[in-house]
Amino acid sequence: MSWFEKIMPSRIKTERRTRSVPEGLWIKCPSCDAVLYRAELERNLNVCPKCSHHMRIGARERLAMFLDEGDVFEIGAHVMPEDPLRFKDSKRYRDRLVSAQKNTGENDALIAVAGKLLGVDVVACAFEFRFLGGSMGSVVGERFRRSVDYCIEHRAALICFSASGGARMQEALYSLLQMAKTSAALTRLAREHLPFISVMTDPTTGGVSASLAMLGDLNVAEPRALIGFAGPRVIQQTVRETLPEGFQRSEFLLEHGALDMIVDRRDMRERLGAAIRLLLKLPPAATVA
Amino acid sequence: MAVSFLDFEQPIAELEAKIEELRHVTAESKVNIKDEISKLQAKSRQLTKNIFANLTPWQITQLARHPQRPYTLDYIAAVFTDFQELHGDRMYGDDLAIVGGLARLEGRPVMVIGHQKGRDTKERVRRNYGMPKPEGYRKALRLMRLAERFRLPLVTFIDTTGAYPGVGSEERGQSEAIARNLYEMSVLGIPIVSVVIGEGGSGGALAIGVCDRLLMLEYATYSVISPEGCASILWKNADKKEIAAESMGLTAARLSGLGLVDEVLKEPLGGAHRDPQAMFETMRTALLRYLDALSAATPEALRASRNERIAGFGVYSETTA
Repeated sequence: MSWFEKIMPSRIKTERRTRSVPEGLWIKCPSCDAVLYRAELERNLNVCPKCSHHMRIGARERLAMFLDEGDVFEIGAHVMPEDPLRFKDSKRYRDRLVSAQKNTGENDALIAVAGKLLGVDVVACAFEFRFLGGSMGSVVGERFRRSVDYCIEHRAALICFSASGGARMQEALYSLLQMAKTSAALTRLAREHLPFISVMTDPTTGGVSASLAMLGDLNVAEPRALIGFAGPRVIQQTVRETLPEGFQRSEFLLEHGALDMIVDRRDMRERLGAAIRLLLKLPPAATVA
Repeated sequence: MAVSFLDFEQPIAELEAKIEELRHVTAESKVNIKDEISKLQAKSRQLTKNIFANLTPWQITQLARHPQRPYTLDYIAAVFTDFQELHGDRMYGDDLAIVGGLARLEGRPVMVIGHQKGRDTKERVRRNYGMPKPEGYRKALRLMRLAERFRLPLVTFIDTTGAYPGVGSEERGQSEAIARNLYEMSVLGIPIVSVVIGEGGSGGALAIGVCDRLLMLEYATYSVISPEGCASILWKNADKKEIAAESMGLTAARLSGLGLVDEVLKEPLGGAHRDPQAMFETMRTALLRYLDALSAATPEALRASRNERIAGFGVYSETTA
């Protein structure tokens, strides 16, 4: 099977899904309550045209809007989740995996593809939040590691869009160790002088924020995204006081020095493309095109 | 100090109380009941053996958190000599939930770092119950780099519920501090031996636990979240902690079976706190053995083998297309 056939079915699935899930032609912005025409909202990359609220989007959609049109290659697509602990809570982990796979059309929470961004070779990864809360287990860690390997082999830059509640509890210590695995992989990328741009989207918390997401050569976030180590509810229960306004939002992190910049989704391609070209000492995109 | 017993140890506690009572009787009366006492002591040992032969993961979790369990500073005082505690992250402050410094192990200079819980209420507050803030992790990283510069091997003791979830922690970048340690420890050009001595709670534990050899005490635990946290998220009910502990496979025996731990250090009968001296001896012997084995490796070899070890973490399958 060629790479093209490998990638096509999932693309097609994504298309069908976005059309079938919310049937309505009109969507209400959760932030400003404006009633928006669905097609227009999609044209606007799911950013509310009235208040610029960035809605959560799926991993495939994210990668499709981010990369140049053309050939892409999916990395680690055949790495599949296992259940080493035979974990069972109110449901079996295996059953949770199957239903997440059915609902999302993905087999785990991280999608990694190699393609181009404004003409530069890149690998872009995106977390699928609808897959068990974008939680990081062994498959996420391994796909991320392979993405780094691919970058080194092809002299490509790495971009990762995080959207995750953290480590996957059902894989217990294995998932905790993925924090070490993804972080260690990034040291190899750094040694090759290849850039890693981390883009934190709503939400990025727990083990993902405390590993790969905070280790970008550039740490970027979408506006108003929830980003933090502990979730606000846990913190509230611990400190028993009301949390400050805007606490753990992108703007709060920028103010406290954790981020390089906040970038609007509609400017993401241009801003990151320009930054990567600067880091790799390539001429600006316009002069090449 | 009187031993404090956990709920599942009540039969042992009752027996010990009886022995204690008899001792007082001996002091007061002329009757010789020495035989009786030694008989009861033997019975108590047997009872402890029986109870400890079949501990559930939740009971082990309770032991890992036992208020009398030896902490990092106890190991440092007993196993090492010449300890010079070093303070501060040089950026913000000194977090007492993590301690560290230079010390000697059988004469050999090493860097030792560990989480530190408090023994009494006042000290617990001072040490924030062993839950570090970003400055704690940054202090640890500073000491690791210092160790690397002088080619001193690193020993870390893991014993925390987790990194502290507070407003200040978030403001000062808890996530970044933990992530940075994971990143830097993976390429540190010195031998690293980590020992989980009590609770190994999530990223807050791992942030000083990326290592060449991972040891765990017999009744220590190590996982991605506490059983209570896991229960409240997955079962929506913190009371399911016992089942959660079972599911998570957080005990030394289970993790060693999965190949995630290099060696389980046997604890004295009844747990480390029942005979700390014996525990310290076991620790000294184990640390010496692992540090000796790693001492000949070059920085490059250490980095390479550690990287390989870390890259191998995880269980997944691969379908062929």
